Amino acid sequence: MTGLVTGRALGLRVCAHCRATVRAPGTAPCLCPRCGGRVHVRKPNSLATTAALLATAAFLYIPANLLPVMHMRTFFDVEDDTILSGVLTLIQEGEWPLALLVFVASIVVPLLKILALTWLLLSVYRGWGGNIRGRSKLFRLVEYIGRWSMLDVFAISLLVALVQISALATIQVGLGALAFGAVVVLTMLAAQSFDERLLWDTGDRG
Amino acid sequence: MAEANGPVADDLPQALPDAPRRNRLPFVWILPVLVIIIAAVVVVQQKLDQGPSIDINFESADGIEANKTKIRYKDVDIGDVTDIHVSKDRKQVVVTARIHNDASDYLVEDTRFWVVRPRFAGGNVSGLATLVSGAYISVDVGHSTVKRRTFDGLEVPPIVTSDLPGREFVLHADDIGSLSVGSGVYYRHIVAGQVVAYSLDPSGKSVTIKVFIDKPYDAFVTTGTRFWQASGIDMSIDSDGVKLRTESLSSILEGGIAFQSLPNGSPNAPAAPVDTVFQLFVDRERAMRPADTEVRSFVMYFKGSLRGLSVGAPVELRGIAIGEVKSLSVEYDPEAGDLRFPVQVDIYPQRIRGRARRGDHPLGMDDSSDTAGRTLLDSLVAHGMRAELKTGSLLTGQKFVALDFHTEVPPDHVGWNAEPPVFPTTTGALDEIQDSVGSIAKKLDKVPFDQMTARLMTTMATLDDTLKKADSLIGHFDGNTLPQITATLTEAQGAMENAKEVLNQNSPLQTDLNSTLLELSRAAKSVSALVDYLERHPESLLRGKPKDPP
Repeated sequence: MTGLVTGRALGLRVCAHCRATVRAPGTAPCLCPRCGGRVHVRKPNSLATTAALLATAAFLYIPANLLPVMHMRTFFDVEDDTILSGVLTLIQEGEWPLALLVFVASIVVPLLKILALTWLLLSVYRGWGGNIRGRSKLFRLVEYIGRWSMLDVFAISLLVALVQISALATIQVGLGALAFGAVVVLTMLAAQSFDERLLWDTGDRG
Repeated sequence: MAEANGPVADDLPQALPDAPRRNRLPFVWILPVLVIIIAAVVVVQQKLDQGPSIDINFESADGIEANKTKIRYKDVDIGDVTDIHVSKDRKQVVVTARIHNDASDYLVEDTRFWVVRPRFAGGNVSGLATLVSGAYISVDVGHSTVKRRTFDGLEVPPIVTSDLPGREFVLHADDIGSLSVGSGVYYRHIVAGQVVAYSLDPSGKSVTIKVFIDKPYDAFVTTGTRFWQASGIDMSIDSDGVKLRTESLSSILEGGIAFQSLPNGSPNAPAAPVDTVFQLFVDRERAMRPADTEVRSFVMYFKGSLRGLSVGAPVELRGIAIGEVKSLSVEYDPEAGDLRFPVQVDIYPQRIRGRARRGDHPLGMDDSSDTAGRTLLDSLVAHGMRAELKTGSLLTGQKFVALDFHTEVPPDHVGWNAEPPVFPTTTGALDEIQDSVGSIAKKLDKVPFDQMTARLMTTMATLDDTLKKADSLIGHFDGNTLPQITATLTEAQGAMENAKEVLNQNSPLQTDLNSTLLELSRAAKSVSALVDYLERHPESLLRGKPKDPP
């Protein structure tokens, strides 16, 4: 890290709105002289916001997996499907690749995202040193992968729109889908509100 | 480094100062709090909604699946089966179900549960949808206010659910006939209700049947309504011949009850209240019969055989049934010293009176007093009214008592002195025929068949003798005459053979005869030539033949 100078050390800040670099030593609140937006040294309350969103996502992850995402009523049967039972059905029908895809996209990825962000948060909060570059890469991966987690929600919304043969079969969205969608959105927001630079700040401090 | 960057940093614009802001907890923290509150509300609501858990005992769990089978009231889900297990005594299946909270009011003392499966009973097919959708448990909510948590499920769906509009009535009958629970109750051949239950009375001598009449039809059940058995095929053989009666095809299969008000009953009879007790009559005829309150008994002594007359046979006045035979008995008549067969009949004067035209009662037919009735009857008998036995049906030979007016009968009267009074009788047409046949038989009886037979016997003996003599005569003829005839015939045969020989072509006699005839022919020719010559030369007779020219 030696040889690298941070803006904060020079008393410089970058406007988050128009990307103008301005002089603002210290931590006093300032406004951008060009666009009038607030300029911060780091994203304000980044850790707290991320933590709040992450906590909500982690909490919602439980009903997302326990409650049915899909409420299917056919002429023969009434069926409630959770994400996991959908995966199991796919396995029973021998659709291994599809089952794996749904399992990874809908169960593993959100869980890993939550765990990864939690770890990143903790590392910043506790000021852990070590492999900061690796952590940074992990963060970027989390940010990148977030958009792909809505696969299930997408599939359900398609089915709900398509299968509405009222006498024979109807599919309705369950509460689980709502929770699941919230988990995905919240983790994405959490990743967005996390200021990656904080990782390096601790590194510098360490 | 600092120098190199220094001017650059210094060139950058100075940020404008901003009013300091309180460093407060970020607004975003409201989100997890909100989510937790919502989750808590949902969970609490679900717990509240879950409602009570009940146990229903069934004989079998056929078609019921835990977490799949629904409890339904009017086809609306009000709960789910959560568990199925066999009872501790292993006699029943206990189905545990969780009822939605808003349906917990339904769980009262007389609420009934049954499994809806496809059923084919009698004329009804029900629960066909469950063939594909699977069985479900249906509920009939009771009216009681006493709460209950354990129920005994019905094995068959109840006939009448508590919300079905209509009324229940009670019928009394001697026997159940071919009725069963579910048998139809018909009003003018329309299915108007069903048999809901039946039970044997504690005395064991009659049955009580509960029927439920559906809404629009129950208004026709009045205090004057009569119920009768329309069960199956009712076949009766009586003096009217063979009768076959039936209400409908399904009543043939499952039995049924029909009801109707009396045709001459008051049209404004009040509707019968719930659980009114009615008598269930055996058939329509008996149900529709006006109540015979006034009964006059008579005894009739018939001359002929009583064969074919049975207790219950009608007493008819020119075809109108006005009474019935009550008993047939035997009594010893000390005066005549023989047996008499009194036939006791009951006559219902109301039946005659009911048919009398108004104002048409010179002899007081409207008057039900004893003396008036006597006067009327005496008058009728004086005009020739007699009872006679008639055959109602030649097929069955059943007889009935017919009252009719006869012109050629010796005067008679009603024996009012006896108890019951004796009604005069006459012999019927058939009896007359029987009598005449009897007299013919008697005349035949007088023919001296014995003597005739004896004489016939002697005649036969004589004939026998004669035949024997003829036989010996033939034997004699056989012994003497026959050989002679044979000899004669033999001789005759010999003669014939001789004749045959003589007549044979090759016999000498024949040959001689032939040559003789030839000679004779020649001679004839010579004579002919001579005659010819003489004709042409008659002189030659005198002169002789001229000499041939040289």
